[in-house]
Amino acid sequence: MTTESGGASPSVTRRSFLRGTLGAASGLAAFAAALSPLKDLDTEDYTLEKFLQKHYKEMTPAEMDEVLARIRSEVEQRHGLRPDIRDVKPKDGVEFVYALHLGRCIGCRKCVHACVEENNQSRSPEIQYIRVLEMPRGSVDIERGNHHYDRPTVPDEDHYYMPIQCHQCANPPCVKVCPVEATWQEPDGITVIDYDWCIGCRYCEAACPYWARRFNFTEPKYARDREGNVIMNPNMSYLSNRPRKQGVMEKCHFCLHRTREGRMPACLEVCPVGARKFGNILDPESEVSQILRTKHVFVLKQEVGTLPRFFYYFDEDYPRSEKISEILPSSEPGGAR
Amino acid sequence: MKEYARFLWRCFRISFVGDWRYYTWMLVLTVIAFLGLNAYCKQLVHGLVTTGMTDQVSWGLYIANFTFLVGMAAAAVMLVIPVYIYRRRELHHLVIFGELLAVASIIMCLLFVNVDLGRPDRFMHIFWRFNFPISMLTWDVVALGGYLLLNIHICGYLIYCDYMRRKPSPAFYIPFVFVAIAWAISIHTVTAFLYVGLGGRPFWNSAIIAPRFLASAFAAGPAFIILTLQVIRKTTRYHVPNEALDLLRHVVTVALTINMFLLGCELFTEFYSDSTHIVSTRYLYFGLHDHHAAVDYHALVPWVWTAVAFNTVALLVLFSPLRRRLAAFNVACVLMIVGIWIEKGMGLIIPAFVPSPLGEIVEYAPTVNETLVCLGIWAFGLLIYTIFVRISVPVLSGRLTVDREYVPAATEEMTASALH
Repeated sequence: MTTESGGASPSVTRRSFLRGTLGAASGLAAFAAALSPLKDLDTEDYTLEKFLQKHYKEMTPAEMDEVLARIRSEVEQRHGLRPDIRDVKPKDGVEFVYALHLGRCIGCRKCVHACVEENNQSRSPEIQYIRVLEMPRGSVDIERGNHHYDRPTVPDEDHYYMPIQCHQCANPPCVKVCPVEATWQEPDGITVIDYDWCIGCRYCEAACPYWARRFNFTEPKYARDREGNVIMNPNMSYLSNRPRKQGVMEKCHFCLHRTREGRMPACLEVCPVGARKFGNILDPESEVSQILRTKHVFVLKQEVGTLPRFFYYFDEDYPRSEKISEILPSSEPGGAR
Repeated sequence: MKEYARFLWRCFRISFVGDWRYYTWMLVLTVIAFLGLNAYCKQLVHGLVTTGMTDQVSWGLYIANFTFLVGMAAAAVMLVIPVYIYRRRELHHLVIFGELLAVASIIMCLLFVNVDLGRPDRFMHIFWRFNFPISMLTWDVVALGGYLLLNIHICGYLIYCDYMRRKPSPAFYIPFVFVAIAWAISIHTVTAFLYVGLGGRPFWNSAIIAPRFLASAFAAGPAFIILTLQVIRKTTRYHVPNEALDLLRHVVTVALTINMFLLGCELFTEFYSDSTHIVSTRYLYFGLHDHHAAVDYHALVPWVWTAVAFNTVALLVLFSPLRRRLAAFNVACVLMIVGIWIEKGMGLIIPAFVPSPLGEIVEYAPTVNETLVCLGIWAFGLLIYTIFVRISVPVLSGRLTVDREYVPAATEEMTASALH
């Protein structure tokens, strides 16, 4: 660099030439040293094939098959199991809705764990799509909820429990803000992410009023059995629970690889008290349709205008308390923040 | 064309020539930039886990610096407006230093956005599926990219004309100057809209953010230019008239006053209404107490009060007779740059995430690696700004022209000081 400037100048001397060369060489050496951590880069993640992969909506069925085959062999190679990975499409005339009976939920967090297992979430760092809040009675202000309640037994008499996950909004702010259209709402109302298209800007995470989105801050690590084999759910689909990569977003997708094939979400199946109801709102005979027609349902943060497809209801057995004074805000142990 | 190549070549060469202060400054910046690059390489390998960010506080120091620097870039117009609209032609050349600062700032902005990405290798996706006009982030890409090109064109053209010793043709730059004025306002407005448009974040969801962004930018940016002009005056023989500093002093005084007024409006609205929506503001200024865990959280409290104190002191200096003393005035400039940096960064980005939308309180503190990346980008930005100034000063003062092979500044300045 400096060499050249010295060389072109009429007053070139051996000293300035040497100085220039030395400067350029040490500059280059420093540059190489600065770049040295890159030798540990997972190069399999940065192949030309992946670089050129198209957006989910632009792929032809043949191209999708190729990508699925590649993912299949990758999972096999890295995690030692052969997954059944498909691209499960939405069905016509279906719009999924979730309803949660707050009067029944006992806060056991079984749904949280079932979700982690079903959807191959990272165990280190921990990623969970469902957060259960322990709420003081008499308030639906989630800012009063306790995220980290730790009791020997649940439920606690003075509280009720509110599980929160992606609300699959009909007007989703996360979809609106994504600069690259890596996340969108499917015809059946599920908001999905193309993990291979997401650039990891986390704008959607900032936009979500329900804190439903999670980011892979590092390469996810999966559960292992005693022999050290990876424990993974082999039933996978492209838009749902296939293994994610470092640097991309993920979120609840109503277990679309199950629900689009007529099964129930994992969180619902595991619920010991039947607090969770799921189904097609376009079918007037479905359980969720009946709940929405007959129960006093409400949505969280209605004022932000996101039109959630996730409803809560208490049913007639609330309030459980005998004395009305117990549910007045003034009697609350925590008090206003 | 050949002439232009020769111009670029000479620019390249001159950027390696200077006195010992120049070399020391550039060496220090290069070392810091390399440290930053090294830290970024580590982040590329291990992911953003190397930063202090979490799912709760998902934006941190990177986006904070980005926001501040968009303001610095927009502030270039505060030099352009007086010169071109109020026809203060004698300050014509100084506009170039402002616009070069804009170019350097935008480059830093782009770097800050890039290091914040989880998958920078997929950056090109933004061109294949551009969610325009729905996503405000795409507006920001357009705004920042356009502003970068505009400013490169304006100062590139003016400097080249000076180098060629010909009068710049107004048709080639005056229209762009006026577009750039509007554009500068738009870059900061659009950046504010990034945050303001999120209904789920009450701390940001306020119309006052965009005007406050502009007011604080028009204080911090010109304050930085004031300091730069004095450095140029001290280290080169380039003549910076006192009127220029006076003009900029008026600009920063007005801008800082408006900024403080808007801050007052904001604080009143939040604290007088005292609804649950102010919980982030309360966290920022006073900290929060978590009843469940019985823990106090107040990581941002010292920061924000430092910012308030710095800005208040700066404002007092600007309104007192002290402002005529250059030393005191410079201190005020430094205080307001730091104050506004805190206000726009730690004070604006982080508290919006605390508590989380579900009411969980998780605090944020940048890690060493993250801080190194930030310092690296700042060093790189200052490095290119120094080079820009290094090139433009001799061109604008007629010491490097098409027919005059320039004399190394160091030699010339040594002779000059010997003569004194």
